[in-house]
Parts: sequence; C-alpha cells; structure tokens
Amino acid sequence: MFLIKCPYCGERDQQEFKAGGEAHIERPKQPTELSDDEWAEYLFMRKNIKGVQFERWNHAHGCRKWFNMVRDTSNDEIKAIYKMGEKPPAQ
Amino acid sequence: MTKNLRVKSSEYIDETNRISFKFNGKTYHGFKGDTLASALLANNVHLVGRSFKYHRPRGIMTSGSEEPNAIVQINPGTSRTEPNVRATEVEIYEGLEASSQNCWPSVEFDIGGINNFLSPFFPAGFYYKTFMWPASFWEKYEFFIRHSAGLGKSPTSSDPDIYDHRNIHCDVLVVGAGISGILAAKIAAKNNFKTLLVDEKNELGGSTVNENNEFNKIDNKNPSEWLKKEIEELKNIKNLEIKTRTSVAAYHQYNYLLAKENLTDHLEAKDKTNKIRQRLLKIRAKKVILATGALERPLIFNNNDRPGIMLSSAIKKYSEFYGVACGSKNVFFTNNDSAYESALSLYNKGINVEAIVDIRNQSESKIVKKIEEAGIKIYWSHTIVDTAGYKRLNSISIMKLSNDGTSVTGSKISISCDCLGVAGGWTPAVHLYTQSGSKLKFDEEKQIFLPNQNTSEQISVGSCGGDFKIDEIIKNLNQKLKDSLNIKETDLDKIKVEIDKENSKRNIWLLPSDKPLGKTKPFVDYQNDATAKDIKLALREGFRSIEHVKRYTTTGMGTDQGKLGNMHALGIIADTAGVKMGELGTTTFRPPYTPLTFGTIVGRNVGKFFDIFRRTPINDWHVENKAEFENVGQWKRAWYYPINGETMHQAVQRESKAARESAGILDASTLGKIDIQGSDASEFLNRVYTNAWSKLAIGKCRYGLMLNEDGMVYDDGVTTRLGENHYLMTTTTGGAANVLGKLEDYLQTEWPELDVYLTSVTDHYATASLCGPNSKKIIKKIIPDLDLSDESFPHMSFKEAKIGNIQCRIMRISFTGEHSYEINVQASYGKDLWEKCIEAGKEFSITPYGTETMHLLRAEKGFIIVGQDTDGTMTPIDLQMDWIVSKKKYDFIGKRSLYRSDTMKEDRKQLVGLLTEDPNVILEEGAQIVSELNQSPVEMLGHVTSSYFSPNLNKSIALAVVRGGKDMMGKQLFVPMENKNINVTVANPVFYDEKNERLNA
Repeated sequence: MFLIKCPYCGERDQQEFKAGGEAHIERPKQPTELSDDEWAEYLFMRKNIKGVQFERWNHAHGCRKWFNMVRDTSNDEIKAIYKMGEKPPAQ
Repeated sequence: MTKNLRVKSSEYIDETNRISFKFNGKTYHGFKGDTLASALLANNVHLVGRSFKYHRPRGIMTSGSEEPNAIVQINPGTSRTEPNVRATEVEIYEGLEASSQNCWPSVEFDIGGINNFLSPFFPAGFYYKTFMWPASFWEKYEFFIRHSAGLGKSPTSSDPDIYDHRNIHCDVLVVGAGISGILAAKIAAKNNFKTLLVDEKNELGGSTVNENNEFNKIDNKNPSEWLKKEIEELKNIKNLEIKTRTSVAAYHQYNYLLAKENLTDHLEAKDKTNKIRQRLLKIRAKKVILATGALERPLIFNNNDRPGIMLSSAIKKYSEFYGVACGSKNVFFTNNDSAYESALSLYNKGINVEAIVDIRNQSESKIVKKIEEAGIKIYWSHTIVDTAGYKRLNSISIMKLSNDGTSVTGSKISISCDCLGVAGGWTPAVHLYTQSGSKLKFDEEKQIFLPNQNTSEQISVGSCGGDFKIDEIIKNLNQKLKDSLNIKETDLDKIKVEIDKENSKRNIWLLPSDKPLGKTKPFVDYQNDATAKDIKLALREGFRSIEHVKRYTTTGMGTDQGKLGNMHALGIIADTAGVKMGELGTTTFRPPYTPLTFGTIVGRNVGKFFDIFRRTPINDWHVENKAEFENVGQWKRAWYYPINGETMHQAVQRESKAARESAGILDASTLGKIDIQGSDASEFLNRVYTNAWSKLAIGKCRYGLMLNEDGMVYDDGVTTRLGENHYLMTTTTGGAANVLGKLEDYLQTEWPELDVYLTSVTDHYATASLCGPNSKKIIKKIIPDLDLSDESFPHMSFKEAKIGNIQCRIMRISFTGEHSYEINVQASYGKDLWEKCIEAGKEFSITPYGTETMHLLRAEKGFIIVGQDTDGTMTPIDLQMDWIVSKKKYDFIGKRSLYRSDTMKEDRKQLVGLLTEDPNVILEEGAQIVSELNQSPVEMLGHVTSSYFSPNLNKSIALAVVRGGKDMMGKQLFVPMENKNINVTVANPVFYDEKNERLNA
C-alpha cells in the first residue's frame, strides 16, 4: 500500500487514489486527420515497463485532482510527483 | 498418563489459579499463565495430533507460533470454534475445549494411520501422478480426495464476535519484545520518537527471560534478572505504547504493516461477549525496527517426528517459564552449544538428563565443561540413526558419524528416553524483512540468510539481524539505533556484558542413517509430511527451481509455512544439486506470518456494513407499500409492487398496462445528476456527447449519447439547459460516478482551457417520474397555476414551479413513450412530493411501478439500456442510432473511432427487435441466436439482450444484437434452447407507437 503525496492534499493512503495509466499521451488535436494506424497508436498502445514509468494518478476519494507520478515499477518507489501541465522531471 | 510434571513454581504461572479444560473430551487441569501446550505437557500428554498425509502420531514440538504439529480445533461444535490453532499459542481459560485434528475415530486410534505403512506408494507428486488417467475419472477421484483432505472444521454458524480495525501512525514501530526490541523501544521513546512496541506473546522478554545460567552476565546480573528490570522501567516511559498478544502479519511497502491484536481469546466465554475479539492494526511507521528473533532449527534424521521429540529451546522454555518438565528421561541431540543451555536448565531443576548426542567432535565452551562435570554423558561425533516409540518416544539409536558426515560407522547404541531435545542451530526470522521487499544474502559461515538490502526505513536488530550472543546484540543494536535514529548517546554505551564465547557449530542438513534413504523417514516438513526423500525425488525428476520443488513436494505449504524445515529443504536441495545455498535463493515469504482470522481481515464490514447501500428519499414509502427491491449499483431500487400475493410477472403486467392506460409513477431519484456550469459548458457538452448542443434553447432538454474514445457507447441520459451557462446532466444510475470521473479527467487533463465546473447533485434531488395519458391531469391538480399546454410546455422542455412553497424542477421527458413528467425536488421533500402525486392520482388509479416495469415499457419502445443492450462493443451505428451522431461536429469523444475499418464493417453485431413465432413464448435474455440449425459447429450470430411479455401488445418482444442484423429485417432465425428450438423473426426494435403519438396524448 503506497503512501502517495498528493500535490494538493499531502501524504495520503493509496486507497484514496485511482491509477490512470501512462502519462503524457496527449489526445490528438485533429483526430480526423490521422490514419487508422496513427489513431490506434494513440488509442491502444501503452508502455508497460519494468522500471521507471510515468503515470497518471487521481486523488479520487480526496480532492479529485489528477496529477502525474514517476514510479519505478520494479520496486514501486515513487520518484517524483508533479501537477498536470507541469514538465516531467529529467530522468 | 495423569502424572504431574510441574517441577518448580514459576513467576509466570499462577498456581493459586487452577483452571480446568478439556482435551479430546478428557478433563485436565492447568494454571493461569499456561498455554494449552504447557498444560498438556504438565499432564504428560505429548500425543496431540496426526500428520496430514501418513497420519503419524505427532506431539508438541515448539513453544511458539512456529509449531507445525500441535494444531488443534478450539471449542469444537460451537459458533466460536476455530480450526488449525497452535496449542503453543492458546492461553488456557476455564471451560476451554480443544480437540485433535486429522484423525478418526480418535488421535489414539486413527484409521488413517494405515497410510504410514502404505507410504512407499505416496511419493512426492502422488496426486499428480496417480489421478491423471483416465482423465474422465477425475470427478470420481476428487470426491474421495476432498473427503480425506483438510485440517480441522470451519464453524457452521455465524461468528458471534466483533472485530475491529484501527489505524496507527508512529515514528518508530518495534516488532518483537525480546531483549533487542525492548532496548530499541526504550531508546527510541526516550529520544522523543513516538514508539509502538508489539509482541505476539502475552509477556515481554522473549527468550532472554529464560537465560539463567551463570556464564552470561549483563552489568553483573544474569540476563533474565537484568531484562526484567528493563521491562519494569518501560512502564514509566512516555511516547511508548506497548501491545502484547499482537502479531505482525504483513509488512508491506512504504512501512505499512498489518498486525492482529488479540483481545479476548484468552478469556472465558462469559467475558468474551460484547467485546472486540481481535483488532487489525494498520500501522504506518516512519521507521521500523525488526526484532523478530530467531527460530531454532530441528535436525533432519530418521523418524525425527515422534511425540516426545521437541526443539531443545522449547524444552528450556517449558522448564524455565512454565515450570514444566517435558520428560523424565531427557536426551538432547545437537550440533551447537544451545542444547547444553537447555540441559543445564533441566539439570539445575533436578530433572533427569540421560545424555547429549553431539554431531561435533568437541566444544570448548564453559557450559559444555559444566555439563561434563555434572556427569551427563556426551556422545561426540554421534548421530541418531533411528528412534522408537509409536505414540511416544521410548528410545533412540545412535551411531558414530563419519568424518565427512555422510555415513555412520561402528555399532549401534540404544538409549532409552521419553523426551528428545533437538538443537540444529538458529534461523533468523527474516519473514517480515523480506515481505517488505528487502533482499537477503546467504552467510556461508553461519549458514543463515541475513538482511542485506533494505527497501525502506528499517533496521533488523538482535538475532533476526544475525547477532546471537548478548554482547554482539547490544553492541550492534546500539550502533544501528544511533545511525537510524540519528542519536549520539544511549543507555547502552556503558553496559558491561560477559559471555561464554565459544560458539562452534557443525552443520549437516540431512543426517545419515545406517539404512538407505529410501527406507528412512527423515521429515523436513512435519505438518505436510514431506521427507528428505521426497525432495531428492523431485530433484531426480528434474525439478530445479526451489519454488517448483516446494509446490511439488508441498514442503513449507502447511499452516506453519515451513518455519522449521524450509532451511533444511534448501540445504538438501543445494547439497544434492551441488550448488551454493546463496545461489539457490529462498522461496517467497508471503504474508501472513501467522494465520489471521477472516473476522480480523473484514473487521466491521460485515452484515449490513459488508457493502454500503444507498436508499432514495422515497424508500420508506416503497417499504410501507410492500415493494420488492433490486440492487442497481449500490442503490436499493423498488423492483415491483406485488398486490394480494401477485407473482412478479403478474405485478409487472398489471403495472405496465396501468402506466399506458391511465397513470404510473416511478421513483427515478437514483439517476445520476451532474450540475454543469461555466461559460464553456455548451462547448464542453459538444465535445462529450455525439450530438450538437450549442443550439439547445434555455429551458429545453435533449437526449445525449456518450462514447468512449474507442467509439463504444458509454452512457446516455437527458441533459437540460437551465440557463445560458448552466446545464443539468442526467446519467444512468450505475454509471453516475464513472461519468463524473471521466468528465473531470477530460476537463483537467485534455481541456484545462475550458471554463466548466462539475458538481455531482445525485443525492440532492428526489425525482418522481409520472407517466401515462392522465399524468397531465395529476400535475394540474398538484400545481394548478402551471401552464401545461403543449405550446408552453412541450415534450423535451423544462419548467421551474412551486408545489406549495417547495421549489421544483419539472422536465417533460419520457422513457416509456407516454406523455410524462419528471418532477425534481430537494431530496428532503421527496417523500412528500411522492405522496402528493399518489393522493392526486387516486382518482386515475395511479399505479406505482418499479424498475422491471420501466424496463418493459422502454423495451416496447425500443429504447436501449446502456449495460443491458450494450456491452462496451456497441457503437451508436450498431444500435441503429445514426440519427444521434453529428456529422457536422469536428470532433467529440470517440468520433474518430467510428471511422476505423473495424467499426465501419457491415457485419458487426447490430441491435434489432425479435418476435417469436409463438407470441406466448418469452425468450431468455442471454440466449444465443443462429440462422442454421443443422450446421456443426453452428455459427452464433448474436444473443438476446432484453426480453419481456408485453401486456400492451399482448405478445412477447425482445431486443437482440445480431451480426449483420440491420439487413435481416423479416428474416427467420432460431434461438436454440436446451429442449427446443424457438423460431424468431427479426423485427423493428420499436414495437409500440412507432410514430411517438402517445408523447402528446
């Protein structure tokens, strides 16, 4: 059970949060101009790395804000947490 | 068997408080402070159970939670009965009853004991090998296997006890209150760290309170005396909370630990009631100090499992702590000095020690000299090759061990004894350490796994960290505490320790016998009856991974999780395969360390708290009017209202007719409601719904379909424009929370530039949906001054009104196809509104209807229910709802996916209506649909999603999804059922009032 530091509320138990998959996948601004393959790339393809991964998390049972997390999936170490729209930290 | 073996009064046993208890139906006596095991031993009862596979008689082996054999059923036949409880952990109380498990008819005479003689036919993997063929016979085998397997019996009535959860946050958690834990907790607390000290026993002190020999001294006192003074001092320390009878079950990441606190298990039945039995402590600690100690290892030799064979340390504990002699003719078998401490403890109390068998060549320790001086015979370089005594050990046979330790020589010596203490060295209890994700390394010299790489803020101190001698323990503990807690001076700086230095050890994982391995029974896992032979067989059969050998031989898979024998299993594998133990690794230590009750895990979440449910403000009325309820998400919704013993079918038919013929009323309060405000609200709706919203006039309502980005239907509902920048969205009952979450996600992450605010108002409003040709007249009665003309208040529009002083929002929208109104009021007025409608509707025989009738009425109209007629693979096009998908809008969620090659295929499953040839036959929802009956394998075209008998059409109707169904209008298909094939015809899914004339009726 992680202890997650919500950037708005502070440290809270993992059960207050919801994981939202890979971060920094921007919704295409002009979907109609994409080929089927390009759209499928956005829609379906997600990384599943053993190691450092950039993820979206939501403080669902708290402030309901979304934020980003850098997590090492091999040992679940949370390396960084930053707000939506902020630049990801250099690796 | 009634001989009393209580040898000496102990300060931990209250001999003025005599307690009677029953074991296997017979009454025994013990004292306050006894465990079931110590009390039985005091009564000279060793035989307490039968082993799992061979039903061999087994006795008490240990004095703690690592016990593999003495597992009993507590209070059999009562609602408080509990199987697989370790007799070594049960504190006795007046009226306690316990019985042996895994034996029939009794532990003294067990029919299953025949398995012992058939054991050559039960090798490792017996079940996998034997019951594989013929494959079809498995069902027959399974019955017998299930019947004879299993330890203990679960209670059959509900648990009368209360359980609880508690969150604890502390600076320092100390696990284990032996000498290391006590000192660590004291220093942490004294340095202003909020400290919690937990121990699974009811008394603090661990094994050091049994240290009474003259060779070890702390500040010139014997360790036991010194430690008792330290324990006394703990009481006066601030910042320190101590919890006994509390065992840490799990150590998760981020220093999150779960512990079970036992509160009433040691009390008499009359003192248990209305109290919390066990509490799950959810602990978040900034730092964790593991002081979990070490477990003594047995030795693996032929027939090492007879009742009377115990761990040497356990014999010492029973004698020192409980004042009980485990035998009257004691022998010890050892590979290190620990057995001599136990022997000395017995000797000092005048208990007979016959001999010590030591596999080492010699030892120079003072304590060994002392034993020699006492005249106790020591057999150096000898090993036990066999033991005798079926239900109780009566003798051992020993032989000289060869120099390399792999064989025996010379002649056999027989020693008569009734108790054998086995000392195979110590295994640090690193279970919790590894659970936390931290890594071990193998110490080749000490032959133990030790903590190596920590993943969180933690330290392992004392013997669980590899320090076994008091001087090392205190020195290393002191340094680790200073580093970890960042403190400069401690009380430990000045402590003087004298110890008996010698600690030689000779480690042989599997001791030889004069008989070949195939003819011996050296048990490695006592509870699961896995022998060294089984492990070697697994290796011969090609198993290499320790995890595979474990599962194949079941070594370490009992309720004790192999706390005693796992190291030997590893050692035997390493020796046989010729690899180093460090390279082999260990099996995974999984939580819980000791078993938890289900009660502790669920805590208060039982009965009505098991899963929360939501009730509408009108719920009481439904209950008073005998509604049957159904669960929709967490909601309890009125399902139908049977009158005069009606069946569900009868009630639904009546309700459905009434709603179309005169007036019906439905509690629609559960529909999700989201208040949307902001200057970009219209643009936002344009992006989330498939249709266009910009031109929706204030005061108008519109139905919307929401897709996922993959183009599949996600939710639907009517949204009303309340003002220029103000909308009220309704969602499906079950989808409300997810829809809000999804909308928030897009707003926060993809479109943060939009000025839109979302608020869930589902619980703030109660909704009565009034429908039928007389609904208008009823509204007129309740709100006489409201203009209900079609011109002023047409279908799909909204008005604010007042019922008396109560403000309400009325939407003229319809899910039944009838002229209808949805009246929303503040939740607290919901029941009042409902009763007004019922009162006003009396003259029109207003009929309350539930969800089942609602489903039927909408099916007559071909309206979908998201989640029933859709399943996450249906696009709006598949639903034949092309009309709601805007072609003009540049983008909306899911739009691009509607033009993928897959979603544009002609032969996707599409929503159609189905009519049965015989109008009285009602299809089963979920039934498969085919076009050919004689094809094999037959192609499944789709399935029935909704099916009802329509009282208004007087025939059965169904909705279905059928591959290429759009082009099959009028085509005959078949629904094959178990006993018959039903002929159906594909039809328009709108069965009733296709031209929507009734909306304005």
